[in-house]
Amino acid sequence: MRTMLLTRLRSALASVFFALSIFALSFSAQAQLTIEISGAGANRIPLAVADFSGERSISTALVSVVRADLERSGLFKLVDPGAAAISDSANIAYGDWKSRGADALVVGSVMQMADGRYEIRFRLHDVPKQAALGNMTYVATSSQLRTAAHRIADYVYEKLLGEPGIFSTRIAYVVKGKGRFELQIADADGMNSQAALASPEPIISPTWSPDGTRLAYVSFEAKKPVIYVHSLATGQRHVAANFKGSNSAPAWSPDGRRLAVVLTKEGTSQLYTLNADGSGVSRLASSSGIDTEPTYSPDGQFIYFTSDRGGSPQIYRIPSAGGTAQRISFEGSYNVTPRLSRDGKSMAYIARNGGRFQLTLMDLATRQTQILTDSDKDESPSFAPNSRMILYASEIGGRGVLAAVSSDGRVKQKLSVQAADVREPAWGPLIKN
Amino acid sequence: MNKKWLAILAMATLAMVAGCSSNPPEQSGAAVEDHSANTIKNADVAKVTPDKLDGTSMAALKDPKSILSRRSVYFDYDSFVVKEEFKPLVEAHAKFLIANPKMKMLIQGNADERGSREYNLALGQKRAEALRKMYSLLGVRDEQIEAVSLGEEKPKNTGHDESAWAENRRDDMLYTGEF
Repeated sequence: MRTMLLTRLRSALASVFFALSIFALSFSAQAQLTIEISGAGANRIPLAVADFSGERSISTALVSVVRADLERSGLFKLVDPGAAAISDSANIAYGDWKSRGADALVVGSVMQMADGRYEIRFRLHDVPKQAALGNMTYVATSSQLRTAAHRIADYVYEKLLGEPGIFSTRIAYVVKGKGRFELQIADADGMNSQAALASPEPIISPTWSPDGTRLAYVSFEAKKPVIYVHSLATGQRHVAANFKGSNSAPAWSPDGRRLAVVLTKEGTSQLYTLNADGSGVSRLASSSGIDTEPTYSPDGQFIYFTSDRGGSPQIYRIPSAGGTAQRISFEGSYNVTPRLSRDGKSMAYIARNGGRFQLTLMDLATRQTQILTDSDKDESPSFAPNSRMILYASEIGGRGVLAAVSSDGRVKQKLSVQAADVREPAWGPLIKN
Repeated sequence: MNKKWLAILAMATLAMVAGCSSNPPEQSGAAVEDHSANTIKNADVAKVTPDKLDGTSMAALKDPKSILSRRSVYFDYDSFVVKEEFKPLVEAHAKFLIANPKMKMLIQGNADERGSREYNLALGQKRAEALRKMYSLLGVRDEQIEAVSLGEEKPKNTGHDESAWAENRRDDMLYTGEF
């Protein structure tokens, strides 16, 4: 499997467009997300990841996962490392790697320890400088090898780019089957998917708590929309809002204590905040029309939201302590679902352009906008925690798919589950280890 | 208006009488073995059983020949106004709710699939709310009605054209026992 993937990678590198299918060495029989990539970043770093010595003793893919992670970011150009395994302690023939065109090289080794676990050591080399950039050791059980691979990719990414990698993060999304909705959690590469909740009624708007331990979402299992907060590790959940009318669109405050929500207990959809346990409900804003889709700015100062108070749905913001709303979007007659980048400088949202609903990015300082996709049914944007990519829902051939695009629009990925309808993606936070 | 309030008063009085009655409805009577225990049980049951004053109108909710079996109100594109053609239907349900004050109605608003799920949920709510306000004006007590939205999540027609969308811009009315 590993060799096959590698062969595919090598041939794929020759073409501008390539598709990469990542096959699951899965422990479950569940359908996995398949990821297809197109496009590439402007200045990709040429990187070689050699086979690790001793990797053949393990049955799970390791180095191929590292390669696929880094490739998928669109920021690295994978250089053919040849067939030889190179251990972390080997002397590096920098001249050879320079002539292969690699600027950086990863080497490593896998050793089984007496207790059955594996010790994975690796080293990152700077080829032009002819020096090691750093090294690391991870210990993993056989079921943790994929996790270890994502950590290695994160390490390499951060060392070479100076910002955190997001390969160890998780995503949440909803899969619609026949009369069944599943809230699933998967690794950022779509593997290891697990259902956190299955229901005969729809589930929408999952959103991660800032510490990544809980999800807030809207479930229709009571024949109406009710907001739940669900702890992933324990599977326990509680109702956060079930007032008369509809309860929807939960958004966590950056400190994880409060939720901004939409309630209709006093008529139309209006913004409120409440504690994550459901107490301390307070009205945030008041309008005669619809206010919905709240989201906190990363510094917690503002809540951005969608409102039709001006006649058409547009994006506004209001101080999170309450105050005067300020309109943010002006072009067009339908701008919805605002989401802010981690640095608070850009806003992803969905704009309608002549009947097409497209993921759009706005620079909040200049108000300049850029349409990032050429699809026409985009929904639910969600920034990666390093803000490099935006995950969103779209539709192909009448079936819901997840897609991701880099914030500059250059790299595009499609994530799909075979024969299923996938929607409502939410990219989880970086977890500090 | 006067006539209506008289009717409400009459129904309310009847409901009180029925609620106070120590005799449970005959059809709910089961074989009695321990008389004393059964009395307590039946008294409890009487408190929570929906009022069934008017058996014929209860049946009308499901009778295809009765207007009350019609439970949907359709809306124009981007509109939240209950159209003239649905007024007789709404008035009939209002009358029923007033006559059966223990019955509750859940109004589920819906939207077509285009655009954001949460915004569509808000649009469905606006449609449900429009209908709820009509009932309120017709004299139905607020406690009897809850207006909620299913947004685009439960389409009646799963097609992707205008005729499908028109079927999905809709309020559905559900009664106690149906939700």
